[in-house]
Parts: sequence; C-alpha cells; structure tokens
Amino acid sequence: MSEISKKHMGLKAKERLSNTIIYIILVLMSIVWLLPFIFLVFESLRVETTNQVGYVIPKVFGFDNYINLFTKTDFPIWFKNTFIIGLFASVIQTIIVLSMSYTLSRLRFKGRKGLMNLMLVLGFFPGFLSMIILYKVLSWFNLTGANSVPGLILVYVASSGMGYYVSKGFFDTISRSLDEAARVDGATRFQVFTKIIMPLSKPIVIYTILTAFMAPWGDFMFAKYISHATSAGMNVAVGLQYLISTPSNLAANYTLFCAGGVVVAIPITILFMALQRYYVEGVTGGAVKG
Amino acid sequence: MEKTNSNNISLFDDLSDLDLLKLTRFQTFLYKIIHFFKAIPHFFVSLFGFIFNFIKGFFVWIKDDFTEIVSTFKEGDYKTRLSYPIMGFGSIARGQILRGLLFLLFEIVFIVYMITAGFHWLGKLPSLGTQASGMVYDPKLDTYVRVAGDDSFKCLLYGVMTILFILAFIYTWRLNIKQNQISEMLLKEGKKLKSTRDDLSSLLDEDFHKTLLALPLLGIFFFTVLPIIFMILVAFTNYDGAHDGYSNLFTWVGLDNFNSLFNLNLGSNNLSLAFGEILSWTIIWAIFATFTNYFLGMFVAIMINKKGIKFKKLWRGILVLTSAVPQFISLLYVSKMFAANGLVNGVLINSGIISDLSHIIRFWEDKTLARIMVIVINIWVGVPYLMLIVTGILMNIPADLYESARIDGANAVQQFFKITLPYMLFVTGPYLLTSFIGNINNFNVIYLLTAGGPDNPKLLTSAGSAGDTDLLITWLFKITTGAESKYYLASVIGIMIFVFVSFLALVVYNVIPSTRNEEDYS
Repeated sequence: MSEISKKHMGLKAKERLSNTIIYIILVLMSIVWLLPFIFLVFESLRVETTNQVGYVIPKVFGFDNYINLFTKTDFPIWFKNTFIIGLFASVIQTIIVLSMSYTLSRLRFKGRKGLMNLMLVLGFFPGFLSMIILYKVLSWFNLTGANSVPGLILVYVASSGMGYYVSKGFFDTISRSLDEAARVDGATRFQVFTKIIMPLSKPIVIYTILTAFMAPWGDFMFAKYISHATSAGMNVAVGLQYLISTPSNLAANYTLFCAGGVVVAIPITILFMALQRYYVEGVTGGAVKG
Repeated sequence: MEKTNSNNISLFDDLSDLDLLKLTRFQTFLYKIIHFFKAIPHFFVSLFGFIFNFIKGFFVWIKDDFTEIVSTFKEGDYKTRLSYPIMGFGSIARGQILRGLLFLLFEIVFIVYMITAGFHWLGKLPSLGTQASGMVYDPKLDTYVRVAGDDSFKCLLYGVMTILFILAFIYTWRLNIKQNQISEMLLKEGKKLKSTRDDLSSLLDEDFHKTLLALPLLGIFFFTVLPIIFMILVAFTNYDGAHDGYSNLFTWVGLDNFNSLFNLNLGSNNLSLAFGEILSWTIIWAIFATFTNYFLGMFVAIMINKKGIKFKKLWRGILVLTSAVPQFISLLYVSKMFAANGLVNGVLINSGIISDLSHIIRFWEDKTLARIMVIVINIWVGVPYLMLIVTGILMNIPADLYESARIDGANAVQQFFKITLPYMLFVTGPYLLTSFIGNINNFNVIYLLTAGGPDNPKLLTSAGSAGDTDLLITWLFKITTGAESKYYLASVIGIMIFVFVSFLALVVYNVIPSTRNEEDYS
C-alpha cells in the first residue's frame, strides 16, 4: 500500500470514529432534551395519586386529571383568557410592529436616527418598572384583577413598536431599487407599501403574528402583576403556577398541572412546528442584523 | 490564515493602522478592549466638554429662536401677527383651513385644560399634596367629617403630564409661527400653498411616515416613556405601601433613597450589602447564561451540520420541538422534578441509590447547587434556540474558506478557531449584547425555577427577603409585590439596572465590530 492511501485509510477511520462520537452525543442529547416532556405526559395520565411520586409510569392510567382540570379548576377560563389575548395581540401587534419597522427601514425622514437611538435607550430600562404605574392607572379603568384581559392586551400591544428589530432586518434586505422604480412610475409611498413590499413580506408577517400570538402563553411577570391573584383574570402561565404554588396545593394539583401543561403545549407546539420555517428565517435574520 | 505575531508590538501602545493589520483578530479585539479602558479618563473629559457645549448650544439656540420669533413678528403681515395670540389664524386666512383649525383646536383645548385642571396639578407638584384623605375634625359641626384630600400619585402623574403638555404646546406654538413665516415666503416667491386636499393626500405619500408612526409612537409614549419618567421621579420620593398616596401622602425625599443604597456603615442586613450581593450574582449569571448557551448551541449546530452526519432534520427537529413548548411549562415542571420530594429524589430512593429520606439531594436549598442548577437548566432551555440561529449563520459562511483551509492542512479544531468562531463573533456581536441584557432581566427562568430561593438571611432588608439566586429583576419584583411594596426602592434598582446596562452597551458598541461592515469580511 502506498503512503497516500494508507494516510487516506487513517483519515477515514478517524472520520468514522468522530462521527460515531457525534452520534452518541446526539442520541444522549435527544434523550436529555425529550425525557422531561415524556415524563410530563406520563405523569398527566396518572390516576392513583395527584401528588408527586418516585416513579414515572403510572400504576393506573386514565384521563381523570384532564377531566378534573376542565371541571374542577378555572383552567378553561385561563385558557380562554390567554387565547383571547393572543388573538387580539397578534392582530394589533402585527400592525404596529410592521408599520414601525417598515417606516424605520425604508422611509427616510428627519429624526429617524434619533428615534431609533431613543428606543434603544428606552429598552435598557427594565420593562417591569413601568408596571407599578400602569397597574395603578389600569385599575382606575377597572382593567386589572378579574378584568385583566383587555388590560393585558393593552400592555402587550402598546409598547410592541419597540420590538421592531427583527422585521426591520427583513425589510432592509429587500432591494431599494424596487421602491425607486415604482416611485418613478408615479406610485405613492402608500402604494409602494401595500402593492410592492407587503406581497413580498409574507415570511415576516407570519413570523410577527406567530411570536405575538405565542408570547402571552408564556408571559408570567406582567400577567401575574395585573391579574393580582384573581383567578378570573389569569392567563395559563399564572393560573398553572397558582395551582401548585403552595405545598398543599402542590399535593392536590400536581398531576392536574401536568395535564394543563400538556393541553397548553400541544396546540402551541403544533402551531410552531407548522410555521417553523418562518420562525427560523425570523430568528436567524434578526440575530444577524441585530 | 496565519498572522503570527513575531515582532514585539505591545497592545498597550497606540498602534498605527499598519501595525493593527498585523494583529490577529483576537489581538485586535484585545487591543480595542485595552484602549477602551485607556480612553475612559479622556472620555470623561470629553463628556464634560460635550455637556458644556450642549448647554452653551442650548442657550444659543434659544437666543436665536427668540430673535427669529421677534423678527418674524416685525416683518410679518397682520395674518402672521394675529397668529401669535390666535394659533392657526394665518393658516386659515391663507386658505389652509384644516391646518389652521387643528392649531386653533389645540390652543383651545390647552387653555381650557390649563384653567380647569392644569394649574391645579402644577401647584400640587412641589408638595405632592398637603391633605390626606380621611376623617377631619370640623369645629362648626363639632364632629369628624370625611374629606377627599389629595392623592400624591395623581399629583405626581398629572403634574408630570401637565409639564409635558405645556412643552408640547410651546413646540406647537413655535411650529405655528414657523408655518406663517414659510407661507409668507412662499407667497412672496409667487408659489402656491398646499391645499387641505394636498395635506391629506401627502399623509399617504411624502408624510407617509407620520401616518405609520402615529399609532406605535402614541403607544410607546403612554406605556413606556411616561411610565419611565414617572418611575424615575418616584426614586426621589418615599412612595411605598405605607405611603400609598391617599390615606397617607408621599412626598419628595431628595437623594435619600440613593444614599441608603450606597451607605456602607449600617452593619449587616443593610441594603447596600444586599444590592452588591445580588448585583454580582446577576452579572455572574448573565455571563454564564449567555456564553454557555452561545458556545454549546454553536457546538451542537456544528455537530449536526458536519458532513457525513445523517438524519440532520431529525436531530434538529427534536431540539426545536422542545423549544416550541412554552417555557413556563418546562421550567415549572423541571423545578418540581428536582424538588426535595420530587421525581428525581423519588426515583433515586426507589432504585436504592439513596438509602432514605434523610439523604435526598436538596437541589434548591443550597446556594452553590441551586446556582449551578439554574445555569444548567438554562442551557437545557436555551441551547435549541441558539442552535437554530447558529445553523442559519453557519450556512452563510463561504464554503471556499473551509476549502482553502483544508488544502492548507488545517484540521477541524483549527478551522473552528480560525474561521467559524471569528465569523460567528463578528456576525452575532449585537445578538450577544441583546441576549446578555435579556439575561440580566431574565425573570422567567429564575422566578419559575427557584423564585429566587434559597432565602438568605443576610439578604433580608427593610425591603423584604431575598434569596441566593435572586437577580436584580426578581428582587425588584419581590420588592414591588411584597408586603412592604417599597416602590421607591424598586425604582432606584430599576435606575441602577439602566445605568449598568447602558454602560455595558457603551463598552460593547466600542469594542465589538459592527455588523454593518459585513461586506469587509471575506
């Protein structure tokens, strides 16, 4: 055997070894990443006790937890609240974020740079700080506690213009010569926006709708503060945490919480997986452009 | 690829452009960091210079503006002159009905507001109210009667809003005069003024940005800018649960709150100790949380992307699937899984690894262990997301870079450090900053996993209790929602977070190369 092919064989063996190691790591990782969710599903099907136990596979399988979740807790209210918030937020927020990012990306006007710097600096303040005053003002209008849903929609939507970065990054990538050509042909800026850029922007529109719809399902801080321990005004995150917030609650509701987790996770996960392509485009684009 | 540093250039000297080119990317990076800190004294000097010039410029601007206002009045016709007291008069008289009416309407609203409410609230601002609500003795009736009294909260909020309204009015008034000046000039040149119809149609054309920005900026003003101004002012008051503003007024206390945060002479259990402790953990947490996720996410993405690895979609799919589940579910579940009586300890007992209940692992009750746990679980939560981002960027690295590196005999590790890592750092610099700031304010991971615990008696202050995994943001949340509700303290801490984050952003923007030069890379 010649020197070269020997070396070649050595490389091949080395390659095979490194690939094997990678496969092992990937399999282990997949297990670590998936196991808690498999546990969650199993525990949600456990009938014999609602408390935490030291085994995963239930001794008695059944849907009791799911039935109890919908009949004996306020979960249906929390689910409905979150769904309504998500629906309204996704529509209004998308309009706001797209107008904001489109303007900052493709229109040039006096004060544009200053506006962007101002919003960068405003973003350095912890958002929760504003809640102290917002809670108080919302409570004057009776938009807190049991009536939190419109209040939360307002809070999520009102400042959403500051989250324009990802979609601005998208608009930046569309060639400016398109606008110029249309302007030469006599199109107004409004027509350029609606007839030329919007039809090209399906990925970013879907990304914005998707993130706006999903955010209320995971928000905990604002929802907890605005709902103020009133069950009727909670979203799923606050509600499910409330279910297991004290040791006695935990003993009585642990498996119900697991069932709730599954009920929330399934639709969100399906939605996410179905629109994954747009999401990936959004996050990578946003990260690159900053 | 090879840029060896055989000659002895010191990174502490000021280097010429030619010398800078000789440095490796990492050395350039170090050079920039060193020089950033070297430049700090100079920075402060120039900062004061800047502030001085700014103030000087401000007064010059005001002087010029006044001269212009006066000269516009002197040179203007009667339409312009009447616009000084009656806003919009000139516009209406010159046929720009809509503009004129809007100016006039604004003036009327302003005057009515100031008379009915504005001056009242403005007068309350220095004291924030003098009479609390409650029972007051009335000598005429010889009994106690309920009086409505002041509400310090409203005094502060409406006072601030009134000041902003006055500023807006001054600005609009000035705009109204400028408008007249321009109109007169245009008419003198024989040009036509814009009609109301032109004004309206320009909202969809030249002024389209105004149309698009109106709603977003309105929301940002009322839900972000105004609350931030208000909360900054709260830091200089004693607003808390006991001084709620109506049954017990709150008032200005100057810099007292800042003093109590920086006072080191109060023995143990004082605020400054707790603040220092929590701030340092917040920084440690943010560094670990950001960089473990970043590098492990990159590592995973590179592994899956490697040539010859099959089922790429499956591996990616599994990770993405887990990140699709709302975070609060995974975090709460994992938190309970590792609880003292949770699944992990239960399984360990049942399988005989732990003999009895007295030997269970208390994951959340030991300072170091709890801190390690939150960082590890944050990896579990965050790596899939990073993997997604990195995968997208990896595909953008020009393949011929790797090709030529391979021909030069670089192995996988060298390729990573010479090509992949510099490229990634280059492209994701701003992302790293955003995610670092995000981690400083990462409420969900900490609150849902440990709620800040284990509680540390050393961190118990007048503001309430705090724990070893508390970040500034969760501490702020506890201070706000706790029994004491020390809003003023929450506000001071919020300002501190702002100062810290701004400083960091300033450093990073000076050190990390901007993405705008991406074309320069290859």
